[in-house]
Amino acid sequence: MRLRVPPGAPAALKVLAAAGAAPAPVRPHLGGPAGESGTFTPPPGAHSQPRGSRLELDNGTVLFSANAICQYFYLCRGEEPTDLTTQWLEWEATELQPAVAAALYLRLVQGRAGPDTLGVLQHLLAHLEQHLARSGSTHLAGDAASVADVVVWGSLFPVLQDETSLPSELQVLRSWFRSMSLWEPCRDAAALLPEALRELRTHLAQHPPPLLNPRHEPQDEEGPERTLTDDDIAAAVDIWAQGPAALPPPRQPRTPVLPVEGERNVLITSALPYVNNVPHLGNIIGCVLSADTFARYCRLRNWNTLFVCGTDEYGTATETRALEEGLSPQELCDRYHAVHADVYTWFRISFDHFGRTTTPQQTRIAQDIFQRLLARGFLLQDTLEQLRCESCGRYLADRFVEGTCPFCGYAEARGDQCDKCGKLINAVELKNPQCKLCRGTPVVTPTQHLFLDLPKLEGQLEAWLERTWASGDWTANARHITRTWLRDGLKPRCITRDLTWGTPVPLDGFRDKVFYVWFDAPIGYLSITANYTEQWERWWKNPQQVELYNFMAKDNVPFHSVVFPCSLLGADDNYTLVKHLIATEYLNYEDGKFSKSRGVGVFGDMAKDTGIPADVWRFYLLYLRPEGQDSAFSWADLLLKNNSELLNNLGNFINRAGMFVCKFFAGTVPDMVLTAEDQRLLARLTLEIRQYHQLMEKVRIRDALRCVLSISRHGNQYIQVNEPWKRIKGDERDRQRAGTVTGVAVNVAAALAALLQPFVPGVSAAIQGQLRIPPERCGLGPGLTCTLPAGHRVGTVSPLFQKLEPEQVEALRQRFGGTQAKEPPPASVPTPAPNTSAAPGDPKLIQELTEQVAKQGNLVRQLKAAQAEKAQVDAQVAKLLELKQQLALAEGRSPEVPKGKRKK
Amino acid sequence: QVPVLQTNNGPGLTGLMTIAAHLVRQARKDQLLGSTAEEKAVVQQWLEYRVTRVNGGSSKEDTRTILKDLNMHLEDKVYLAGNIFTLADILMYYGLHHIMVDLTVQEKEKYLNVSRWFNHIQHYPGVRQHLSDVVFIKNRLYTNAH
Repeated sequence: MRLRVPPGAPAALKVLAAAGAAPAPVRPHLGGPAGESGTFTPPPGAHSQPRGSRLELDNGTVLFSANAICQYFYLCRGEEPTDLTTQWLEWEATELQPAVAAALYLRLVQGRAGPDTLGVLQHLLAHLEQHLARSGSTHLAGDAASVADVVVWGSLFPVLQDETSLPSELQVLRSWFRSMSLWEPCRDAAALLPEALRELRTHLAQHPPPLLNPRHEPQDEEGPERTLTDDDIAAAVDIWAQGPAALPPPRQPRTPVLPVEGERNVLITSALPYVNNVPHLGNIIGCVLSADTFARYCRLRNWNTLFVCGTDEYGTATETRALEEGLSPQELCDRYHAVHADVYTWFRISFDHFGRTTTPQQTRIAQDIFQRLLARGFLLQDTLEQLRCESCGRYLADRFVEGTCPFCGYAEARGDQCDKCGKLINAVELKNPQCKLCRGTPVVTPTQHLFLDLPKLEGQLEAWLERTWASGDWTANARHITRTWLRDGLKPRCITRDLTWGTPVPLDGFRDKVFYVWFDAPIGYLSITANYTEQWERWWKNPQQVELYNFMAKDNVPFHSVVFPCSLLGADDNYTLVKHLIATEYLNYEDGKFSKSRGVGVFGDMAKDTGIPADVWRFYLLYLRPEGQDSAFSWADLLLKNNSELLNNLGNFINRAGMFVCKFFAGTVPDMVLTAEDQRLLARLTLEIRQYHQLMEKVRIRDALRCVLSISRHGNQYIQVNEPWKRIKGDERDRQRAGTVTGVAVNVAAALAALLQPFVPGVSAAIQGQLRIPPERCGLGPGLTCTLPAGHRVGTVSPLFQKLEPEQVEALRQRFGGTQAKEPPPASVPTPAPNTSAAPGDPKLIQELTEQVAKQGNLVRQLKAAQAEKAQVDAQVAKLLELKQQLALAEGRSPEVPKGKRKK
Repeated sequence: QVPVLQTNNGPGLTGLMTIAAHLVRQARKDQLLGSTAEEKAVVQQWLEYRVTRVNGGSSKEDTRTILKDLNMHLEDKVYLAGNIFTLADILMYYGLHHIMVDLTVQEKEKYLNVSRWFNHIQHYPGVRQHLSDVVFIKNRLYTNAH
């Protein structure tokens, strides 16, 4: 056991005092590392406490906390910690130490006089005084000096040194401090102090001043619901009165979409999906669906918007897969490209162009960027060692090699990873390597490669990032990942590969090589645009007019924030670089990961087989969008959100608003006479719409969706409170009120159609159809406006959503849970909502059913009490159960099936 | 904010570490505080580290230091106190959860020992409670090769 106590450590005193008080089986070394030990690993905490004491125990354990060392000495002599000693030690570590550090800093570094420095300690000294005075004992935890006394004394002594520096009103504390200082172990330790303080001064001066209060992260800006001011209300009433004039004019579709000077030109890309991976739900929400929602929003705002994406088709994986399937890589890509395109069509992704990377444009643009980088000296040559199979005449990518694992000896390890021990392998380290195709023995061969000189571009990159971050919206994770990369220093990155399926490298000596996918793939954004329009450069070489948004999952961030910008900055051709980088976290599947090979999770091509409409998928995925942190897809939650948010909240509101117009006003929107209450509703909803715009502009899609749902919740409440179905039967005034409420509600429904369009375009179109909203009144206004004036005729109103049943969802969960049978059951068709006259959630229906259940329940009890015939009782009980079930459905609960009943 | 436990006898207890240790003793699970003097001191040390360093509102820089410290410490240990599961693991898990959920895959790989320990603790019976399961990926995404 060895104890090292550096003399400059403020904590040295307590350790020495404790060692003396509880005779420790150890002799402390003062000063640097003890002679007999040549090297030692710095203990944890070394980064922040370079002057710490350390105690190395015989079993190799290291104690680096002075308090733990003191505790250890006391434990060795048989004194167990108590609640009270633990509490003092914790208090000393969390409260006293930071304050003491601040006081010492003031005195030793800033040279303030003793009494001045005690200010920061005042309340802590008062706490000690109070405790000692109240407990009536001479020491902190009882009447003998315990570890608590030593630790607190050791902390205080460097600041106080003498009890007379304590304010005279702290009498009890003074006498405790004096008796501690006179106690032999403490006195011996204190003799070292002058030396220690000098060292401490140097230490403190070299470090940032201690912070007394931990910094607090700014609170989330969304507080409780804002109170409405008169101005809010006046503004909302004004917007309402403007009617369709408040909406932006609908955009005239132009093909091709090109930037227009003086307009907001938005270029949106979503990460290019790799062609032979069928995208799963996580991929879909991560880029294409998020980008689509934003693109739709931009178009609704009448911004000039181009949204491009495509499949990333080059690379080893495609080549391998093609070999396995006996196809040419191009044939394989053709096949899978079609699969992708189908999936996205089904999900209603509104690409302006969905292209691919295997086009002549890609070759032309990638080679041009390469030549420019070469000409400007941003490329390096270096040699890599790679396995080459002579009989196949090719260099082998990692996954084309098998051999014996160098770690565990497993004979069939792959070139990138051992399946047995799971360790990552560098292919050239495999023992007895074999070419997977011909079983020949590959040999390690040096091969020349080209590298992008990132270190040389680092300065340019940082300057660009600084400018971009000042005005662009980058998600926190994107900024963070980028910073991490920069902090760790950029290294040259290899941009070539020994393959044939790729963009050829146009340079002598490298003509048998192709570009590595990460260099090549992002250029796909440019080439895909070039295949869409010859005038692609107006988008991609026009940073003055074009705002570029990149959507992706977080694993793609470095390529879009560091590597690709470096290529473009180095090529120096006035390229449009990313302004807003929007990265999501990961979506997990039911507490695990999506896995194609294990059949876990829902993949794009299967989503339509579930029988759940595309818009429900879109809604749920956007509702879950992993903004800020990972989220998880869950079937039970999907059912809940469908039945509660879509069906009972949104669908119910829009349906009722439309139904009231049809039923009570023969399909014609009635006259509206706004009361103060209606105006408050308009103001409230206008605030929500404003919030929606703010969030959407910052691409906080999930939060914006919450705003939409909140609007329909307000709408439901409004209907509920005003009960138009009752008032319509009342006198003239009541009838007029019913008209106003219905009219306002149906206009809110019309506004929802527009607000929902980016999220659930199919549902939005259905609402527009049912309410017969003319296309020019479907834009997004700054607030709630009257787009359906009195006299407007609505069409046929029908339910927008269907209920999901637990059995149906459970079947799907099992089918996609990875343990499914080989033959999946045929997709179940969603059962239509129960046949009730009003949509579920109707308060009137609920009330009626509740009354009926109560009445029927009484009847059953009466019959039973009167000992009626069993058949008669059973019939009434069955009726009661039926009613209860209807009630449950109306309330949106899943009806409980009384299973145990029969056994009785 | 410092937690306070109001007990039936005597004044209340203040501080996360104090209260947790008290409850552990109440529940007769003293082994969670370590058995030997060495173990007890080590548990004490990590509880202190937990309340002084891993205390919520820390900066990115602090967080990085903490993860570096722990990653180094856990290199050759199953639990914070070596081979025994203790209160230090439980409280550290709760202290780190908000940090771990926000880590990128790259960072989780960088702090591999912390990730391994964290994943182990979150699946330890009864530990996770209401907190979300943090997912760790088995296959590495980022390798050091360029």
